[in-house]
Amino acid sequence: MDLTRLKPYGDTPGDGMVQVSFTLPIPVGDEARHAALILASRMMLKDSKVVLMQPLDDSFTYFILYGHCDQTVDYTSIHVAKLDYQPMTPSDINSFIAEKLGRKITVIGACVESDAHTVGIDAIMNMKGYNMHKGLESYPQINAINLGAQVPSEELLAKAMEENADALLISQVVTQRNIHVKNLTRLIEILEAEELREQMVVIVGGPHITPELAKELGYDAGFGPGTYPEDVASFLVQFLNKD
Amino acid sequence: MAEVFLDDKIVSKAREAALQIAKDVVKEINSKTTIAVERAVVRLLGIEGETSDGVPWVNVITDKMLAHKLLDRGAAYWLVNAAIMTERSLQEVAEDVIFGKLDLTKVPKSNRQQLNRMMDLLAEEGLEKITTVRSQRAALRAQLGKGEEPLKYVIVATGNIYEDVVQAKAAVSQGADIIAVIRHTAQSLLDYVPSGTETEGVGGTLATKENFQVMRQALDKAGREAGRYIYLTNYCSGLCMPEMAILGAIEGLDIMLNDSMYGVIFRDINMSRTFIDQHFSRAILGFADVNINTGEDNYLTTADAYDKAHTVTASQFINEQFAILSGMVPEQIGLGHAFEICPDKADSFLYELAQAQMVRQLFPKSPVKYMPPTKYMTGNIFQGNVQNALFNAASAITHQSVHLLGMPTEAIHTPHLQDRYLSIANTNYVFHALKHFGDEIEFAADGIIQRRAAEVLANALDMLEEVANIGLMTAISKGMFADIARQVDGGKGLDGVVEKADDYLNPFENMLKEKGGKG
Repeated sequence: MDLTRLKPYGDTPGDGMVQVSFTLPIPVGDEARHAALILASRMMLKDSKVVLMQPLDDSFTYFILYGHCDQTVDYTSIHVAKLDYQPMTPSDINSFIAEKLGRKITVIGACVESDAHTVGIDAIMNMKGYNMHKGLESYPQINAINLGAQVPSEELLAKAMEENADALLISQVVTQRNIHVKNLTRLIEILEAEELREQMVVIVGGPHITPELAKELGYDAGFGPGTYPEDVASFLVQFLNKD
Repeated sequence: MAEVFLDDKIVSKAREAALQIAKDVVKEINSKTTIAVERAVVRLLGIEGETSDGVPWVNVITDKMLAHKLLDRGAAYWLVNAAIMTERSLQEVAEDVIFGKLDLTKVPKSNRQQLNRMMDLLAEEGLEKITTVRSQRAALRAQLGKGEEPLKYVIVATGNIYEDVVQAKAAVSQGADIIAVIRHTAQSLLDYVPSGTETEGVGGTLATKENFQVMRQALDKAGREAGRYIYLTNYCSGLCMPEMAILGAIEGLDIMLNDSMYGVIFRDINMSRTFIDQHFSRAILGFADVNINTGEDNYLTTADAYDKAHTVTASQFINEQFAILSGMVPEQIGLGHAFEICPDKADSFLYELAQAQMVRQLFPKSPVKYMPPTKYMTGNIFQGNVQNALFNAASAITHQSVHLLGMPTEAIHTPHLQDRYLSIANTNYVFHALKHFGDEIEFAADGIIQRRAAEVLANALDMLEEVANIGLMTAISKGMFADIARQVDGGKGLDGVVEKADDYLNPFENMLKEKGGKG
């Protein structure tokens, strides 16, 4: 296979098969089907077939269609920024802290500003963790403090100062109109204005977070969906050890 | 018909323990009021208005009273006393207070009998509007008839109330019976009720009078066209619970989300504040015949759905007793539960069936609300549709009342139009195909399902007895619900909790509870 000309694989190599679904705000009909096919061709799909055209009510129509994508990607030229750390087990993390850092570390977690959804921060911080991966509260060498939902940036920083925190874990789950970006930017701006940014590691997590976005917003690291507590802790202790 | 065997003795013991738990809390909170309750009283007295920068008058008035330590006698006492003694209307008195023209403490005391008479009169007047709306709703429900149970409940959450209307109408045309308008994420911690129509909300729209009106009118129209009554749901939670209850009552909502512990556990609102606000808000909702939906499903998003199933059952008993003590009737108490067991667990569907069937039998009159899988939805929308199909099957087999449709795109984004369609189509198919399935089967004696139901019930009783012993507030502070611990003197809104004076007055509370859910 030519990895410089990568294409989707459906049934045979290089067939470029893609499935697409979308809704158009028009009534169902032959014109609607045509509109969907024209749209597909503008998405660079060739020989598209509408396999479902379903009215959602009298003014919306839902389409599922298949087509051949003739675009290719040079896979060999791709370089993705990745967080630089070695994954460790919880017990290794605890030993690492005890041996290399020589003291317990304090981590404060919060859903900042508008976000009321603690499912992510709870999965990382709370004793129970997620999917049998215990949270940071269960790490003897970590003093984990979970402030929960809708914590104003100012309140978080006051707590961080009080506890002399090593790291802040920020969660943003629910977002619309990019409110998570505004919230995350505000926190960094306040940290910088108070000249606290360099004093602690600041990490962000959530379904819309990528390492690139986190860097761009001024965070030390960003973790997306599927992250377990030990992933965050591995990064954190190794990062602290570098300082 | 498939039923699980539930030991009547254990069930009645569980109910007794729950009653004890609720009574102990109510006894403790009876000596206190909150700024939110007092704002609600002022609203029920008919005082309306906003300052030029959008602060509701009721906030200005009660904030002043709180600052001058007057709230212990109740906002009603000061306002009505002043109205009697200055021979002016309540609205005029309120205006003078707002603009600093009247010092309530300087007004001479009226004759107690005269005050009480006036209070009763004003209370009856204040509740008249709610009674009128209640009978209008009842008439429309009777005229249009309701959809077939399990009623299909979907959410709209565009952040723009007018787009919400477009999506709600599409959902109704596909078969939805209940539309829940999701609230702006930050509203639960707002200590005032905002106003206006919203087009740029985050996570949902603000719950305001104007937004409620836009959706109510749209759903009544859609219901007339579809030939069945369409229910409207919003939130009665957060720091303005009693005021939201009034708003819902007056704007003709059918269901409001109102849990006895949700705010404490998931929003870190102070316990006393929540219990007091909840108690009064339920008295209003019961009187208005607005059903409540409790939030037990949420526990299972943080705690494990298999290991902690009994905490849901225990909380349902507690929520039920709290509601009854507020004057609600079982037909208004929509207890919550959820289909959240890890799909990798062998026989997970049997455990879900056991739990769902048990809820149905424990609370036969409750319009119980069954919540879809959310915790183990992965982003694989196709697999998600299969998980939802099993959830739909459990609901159909066990004859749930209110069925919140799971979205294949759960955990990705707020539902797109086609997500809601796929979900409704899935549900219609399964409900139709399994219409009488539950009536045709029996659960094997001493089989997995029977044993599981008995186990969960027994564990729930143990938990209720423990909570009854130590008290609910201590139980919450030990993290017994949802694996989250909250402290008695912690949380938001504690500064709005006030010890009542001996001559505290709230003309509505007794009247509401006496009339209660029966109206």
